[in-house]
Amino acid sequence: MIWKLFIAVLALTVAAQLLVEPHPHFVVERLLAWNALYGFLACAVLIVVAKALGLLLKRRDDYYDD
Amino acid sequence: MISHPGLVLILGAALLAPLRGWPRAVVALGAPVFSLLLLLQLDEGVHWQARFLGMELAPLALDKLSRLFAIIFALMAAGGALFALNQERRMELPAALLYAGAAIGATLAGDLVTLFIFWELMAVGSTLVLWSAATPAAYRASMRYVMVHLFGGMLLFLGVAGHVLETGSTAFAAMQLNGISQGLILAAFLVNAAAWPLSAWLPDAYPEASWSGMVFLSAFTTKTAVYVLLRGFPGTELLVYAGLAMVFYGIVYALLENDMRRILAYSIVNQVGFMITGIGLGTEMALNGAAAHAFTHILYKALLLMSAGSVLYVTGRRKCTDLGGLYRSMPFTMACGIIGALAISSFPLTSGFVSKSMISQAAADQHLFAVWMLLAAASAGVFLHAGIKFPWFVFFQKDSGLRPAEPPWNMRLAMALLSALCIGLGIFYQPLYQLLPYPAHYQPYTSWHVVAQLQLLLFSGLAFFVMLGWLKRTLTVTLDTDWLYRVFFARLATLGASLAVRVIARVEAAAAAATGRLEATVRAFLGAQGVFARTWTAGSMAVGMMLMLLALLVSYYFF
Repeated sequence: MIWKLFIAVLALTVAAQLLVEPHPHFVVERLLAWNALYGFLACAVLIVVAKALGLLLKRRDDYYDD
Repeated sequence: MISHPGLVLILGAALLAPLRGWPRAVVALGAPVFSLLLLLQLDEGVHWQARFLGMELAPLALDKLSRLFAIIFALMAAGGALFALNQERRMELPAALLYAGAAIGATLAGDLVTLFIFWELMAVGSTLVLWSAATPAAYRASMRYVMVHLFGGMLLFLGVAGHVLETGSTAFAAMQLNGISQGLILAAFLVNAAAWPLSAWLPDAYPEASWSGMVFLSAFTTKTAVYVLLRGFPGTELLVYAGLAMVFYGIVYALLENDMRRILAYSIVNQVGFMITGIGLGTEMALNGAAAHAFTHILYKALLLMSAGSVLYVTGRRKCTDLGGLYRSMPFTMACGIIGALAISSFPLTSGFVSKSMISQAAADQHLFAVWMLLAAASAGVFLHAGIKFPWFVFFQKDSGLRPAEPPWNMRLAMALLSALCIGLGIFYQPLYQLLPYPAHYQPYTSWHVVAQLQLLLFSGLAFFVMLGWLKRTLTVTLDTDWLYRVFFARLATLGASLAVRVIARVEAAAAAATGRLEATVRAFLGAQGVFARTWTAGSMAVGMMLMLLALLVSYYFF
């Protein structure tokens, strides 16, 4: 139920792009759902990078305890 | 003394120390409010001047930029004091007022010498705030914290001394990065701004403070650093890279973190990164954006930390793995936490939206496509690591079985007031824009901008829930640059010490052997049984004497 509502809101924000007067800073912003895709991908990349770095740098949380 | 907004707070701190009960509350709230009123009625210009050791000092100077920062510091001191009124550690509030007063003093310093003095006083005040948590972990963290800040203070002292010698002026104005002295001053500022790699002191120390202590700590040190960078190094390109590095470092480490207050600590570094990027961009729009973002950030970060502090206060727990499901019994704290989370994520109608957008706009105005793209990715990342992660893992996630009550009234009131400011500034942003150092003609609410921002943020939210499995909290810490001085250098020192012990042992053994041989030789000749101590018979004595006389005779014969 919450998921359906969430997806509806997501679709609405993409659709709204068609209704408003565009004034993009760069040409990529003219693409439909550009910000949506970019936001999603940026987060996915950040999570993957964090996960990879975690493999290298994570320690048990009593690591520093004496 | 009474007309200096910083010294008023420091005086208040001294007054506050012995007080209890309602007089304590009156002074704790009255001193910051009085300081705020002073700031509002002081005219711009240099109010105090003095000569000291042949140097021109201006301990009280005011312009639009310093007024903006001093106002938010005084406001935050008041809000923090309200939140901390029921703090049972009696040292914390006076320490916090000293700390806030020093931050205001540094902001109103017209010269580098006064700045240095208040800079060091800030280190003292903040260390005292950390100490008042009174746990062994806080004490150890405070020692590392104070080392880093004394190191930064040393850099600043060397830089200021060199700068004054070179230029003959103590005035604190925009500098060019063209010498060692200016480089040292910049480095000192960046230490306090928690720029990577000098960043780990912040997530190391701040979360060890008491439930109210971290609210104060989050506001002053890093934002004073933003202020001095705004004044001293606007448009320094290096700061764009330093800022972007901080932005992504903050996000990635916050994503890995399990302690709710360390998540928020890394998110301070992330937010200060946005401001420093703006300072590096250096246009009026960018500098306005950095200043405005510092102002709004102090409020919503304090709100987030009050929400986290309330949770810590009532549950005594900080780890996401121990928390969850608190929305059931703490709906008010949850609502305030979510307002703070929306503001830090720059949702439209919150304060973060009207401030952070100016920095992105400045990058776009300069046609810096890469910087603009990175800032947009970072904005998405902020929602991910602070905007959703913090409320989700603390208030929702799983049912931890905890059913704590809401915190006392003063804590709730402080959160309510800050929530109102976070939303109020997002809607009525003109008063904030009028305080900015340059004329602000920026219009944040275009329908295009609002739609773009909503797309960016909501799809980041989608990414969070789609990839939730990858974000599962574990009982871990993530090694940061403080590992270098907590473990690596410590191990290096242990290794060096054991090596030194072995070398010294070798040298000692060799020396002992050598002295042993020497002693044996000396004994052989001079000892009780030695050659020279032997008792000789009269006959051999006579022979010896004869031989010596003979030798004498022979020598006469030849020479």
